[in-house]
Amino acid sequence: MARDSRLNILGLQRFGLGLRPGDLAAIGGDARDLFLDEAKRRSVPVPIGLDLVGQAQIGSAFYAFQDKEKAEREAPRPAMQAAMIPAPGGMNGGEGASAPPEPPLPQRIYRDEVAARMRAGLEPLAGFGERLAQFWSNHFCVSVSQGNFVRVLAGAYEREAIRPHVFGRFEDMLLAVESHPAMLIYLDNQQSIGPNSPAGKRRGRGLNENLAREIMELHTLGVSGGYSQADVTSLARIITGWTIAGRDGRLGFPGVFAFNAGVHEPGVHPLLGKDYEEAGAEQGRLALLDLARHPATARHVALKLARHFVADDPPSALVSQLVETWRRTEGDLAAVSAALIQSNEAWGTEAAKLRQPQELLLAMLRALGRKPEFGPIAGALATMGQPLWQPSGPNGFPGNNDAWATPEGIKTRIDVAAVWGRQAAGAASDPRALLEAVLGPLASAETKQAVARAESKPQAIALLLMSPEFQRR
Amino acid sequence: MSDAIRDDDDDCEAMTPSRRSVLGAASALFAWSFMPKFAHAAAGSRDARFITVVLRGALDGLTAVPPIGDPNYADLRQDIALQRDGADAALPLDGFFHLHPAMPNLARLYGQGYAAIVHAAATGYRERSHFDGQDVLESGQQGPGRVDSGWLNRMIAALPAGEAIARHGVLGVGVVPPLIVRGQAPVLGWAPPVMPRAGDDLIQRLGDLYGQRDPMLANVLARAIETETIVLGQGMGGDRMRARGGPGNPQGMVQIAEGAARLVGADDGPRIAALAFEGWDTHANEGGAKGRLAGLLGGLDGAFNVFETGLKRVWKDTVVMVVTEFGRTARVNGTVGTDHGTGTVAFLVGGAVRGGRVIADWPGLKPEQLWEQRDLRPTTDIRAVAKGVVTDLFGLSGPVLAEKVFPGTGDIAPMPGLVV
Repeated sequence: MARDSRLNILGLQRFGLGLRPGDLAAIGGDARDLFLDEAKRRSVPVPIGLDLVGQAQIGSAFYAFQDKEKAEREAPRPAMQAAMIPAPGGMNGGEGASAPPEPPLPQRIYRDEVAARMRAGLEPLAGFGERLAQFWSNHFCVSVSQGNFVRVLAGAYEREAIRPHVFGRFEDMLLAVESHPAMLIYLDNQQSIGPNSPAGKRRGRGLNENLAREIMELHTLGVSGGYSQADVTSLARIITGWTIAGRDGRLGFPGVFAFNAGVHEPGVHPLLGKDYEEAGAEQGRLALLDLARHPATARHVALKLARHFVADDPPSALVSQLVETWRRTEGDLAAVSAALIQSNEAWGTEAAKLRQPQELLLAMLRALGRKPEFGPIAGALATMGQPLWQPSGPNGFPGNNDAWATPEGIKTRIDVAAVWGRQAAGAASDPRALLEAVLGPLASAETKQAVARAESKPQAIALLLMSPEFQRR
Repeated sequence: MSDAIRDDDDDCEAMTPSRRSVLGAASALFAWSFMPKFAHAAAGSRDARFITVVLRGALDGLTAVPPIGDPNYADLRQDIALQRDGADAALPLDGFFHLHPAMPNLARLYGQGYAAIVHAAATGYRERSHFDGQDVLESGQQGPGRVDSGWLNRMIAALPAGEAIARHGVLGVGVVPPLIVRGQAPVLGWAPPVMPRAGDDLIQRLGDLYGQRDPMLANVLARAIETETIVLGQGMGGDRMRARGGPGNPQGMVQIAEGAARLVGADDGPRIAALAFEGWDTHANEGGAKGRLAGLLGGLDGAFNVFETGLKRVWKDTVVMVVTEFGRTARVNGTVGTDHGTGTVAFLVGGAVRGGRVIADWPGLKPEQLWEQRDLRPTTDIRAVAKGVVTDLFGLSGPVLAEKVFPGTGDIAPMPGLVV
């Protein structure tokens, strides 16, 4: 019984978001049922409370921002001040006599999106849907370091292309991802031009194969999935014209996905031995559907899923179960995710992996009941090496334990825990009671003793947050 | 120079889990601080420093070191081709090759004989995935997929026990250190701090707790403490090194290089380090003499400068090697950038470098001379360069290099004469 209840809570950390004070009593019996119920109800949190919600709203606001900036750059000097819009609420937490000025639009949208994403992670009791959303968001990552257009769209991208499909079909998520303005900008496809298209002939410009390569290497087949350089170039031709509507509205509402026939490379294009007839945007849709249904895609993504949640070297029986479920259900992610939860191999092992910094941060917010504010969150994530929507490349943040269990990685976690311990100490209950509430039967005698013997309440909280039981899952 | 290229076996087996060496007893945790200071090397032998910089994203070697003397260069590069003359002229090297105008420090070091440039270079990897390319470059394995350790770490592990270099371990810069340093030999870690550092008492208590409960965390924390001691000894505590910019930003590159140089230059510091700069994946609007890539090259050039300053005391025994996973297409692409390619450049900088030369078996840029009619054809293996440097600096034998450090590369001879 003692062992079972321990594994039950460990499972909650492995597949969920971590306990809030009071949750232990609410869990009741088998935590597995909570996760399976989320999969059945297709329950994925949706970040809310944002001024600008969809790609259309955000895109047109961003165009207007760019136009205004351009006008100000070209205007005589006094116009500079107009870029600063007065702050409505002092959200940034400044302590001066007057609230700090609001940042420019891109930073403001990013700030609000980060806070909304974190708030959404506080709601669920178990949170399997949220953890999966984070997994898929990283699998199909974009990075705000690419530029301000991706910065304003990153949150909308996750809401529009990832979250609706977490318990849906992989092929639907793939289509939503590859046709989202954020991805088309991040991997340069909006600039790619078919050399024999009207625009290509007129302007002498041509292909950019960045997105086409990463679709096959990272998003679907995997690097050893059996495609060639010729396939990369061919897929790049197929998806020429997948772009974002400009500010002039010629292709559609400014800021949304559009197919631009004028830059599409005409003709029949082969991919992985099959010819795709000329059919405009439909040609790309059919190619993506075939990539989604390719057996190499099931193998590549199922292995990555098992690696992320369970172990760097996951049990082969688990991976086979996931691949088999994927094949049988043709990529029904609710079924694949449920198979992960139902697997005894995935459930019963000891904690092999460290929580990644974003998981850790959310667990800390939940454990401490701390309000998600942008400044402390962004600071902590940058310190620990995992700023939100900002991986260093299109392969996303690493999923293997070795990448995070490093001297500098642990040192920065301790730095964050020390600061958060100090900030939480005033409002927090007795750290010993908090330990019991957020780790329950997971807490070891040694950790209990370390927390009890801490020299201060801030230190006790920092020790709790840095304990092996809180760090691992 | 002979053509030392092999086709890689393109083998991609399942990733094996990495197992760190485990420190068991809690009592061993802080023992490092009581270690006596050894003389670093026997009299007369060299106490060498070796820093590897990985440029992630695939550096365009034809823009960094343009072969302006090649008759096909200007046509291939069109709008982004660099010029011999004019306001933004490239810096002359040997008449045939020039250097990007954003790199005056490197030009100076080259002129002083402290920098060598290897051109038309690549590892044995012939596909075009960044991540597999970086894995091959850093793991030292012949193909991707075997990522449990990096070749720098295995090189240290292959040195005789008690050797100063081995005892000091290898420094991996960054919260997520480069694969090239990972493995069994001790890995130290440092990055420019974003937040104030936690107090010693908390760290001591966590060291005790991990010692009782979690050997892996205990080991990692011990390395963190070890590095912090050197950091404080170098006056790098407090706000002075507070992070600015990060590894994809020119200012951030210079700062990271400065920190690494000070740690590697310290008497009690690591002798070997690796760091990574990011952002070299210039698919669109790459720019020529000015623009996106020029900004990054300026950051790298600034890093060379602070390496020289920070390692002044040991400069004559220093080699900094800069490598990237592969090059970019010879032709400019449809979006005034370049796509993933093959051959590129590597830089060797330092007082121990036999510099002032471009080392290249130039393959030419005519369509039929290009690799797959698209990329600069590689004629020099980067592993031959790396082997040459570490053979001369650390005295590793050919068989050890071919079996342990770069497994299965007996047919790739160390390039001789790179080090003074």
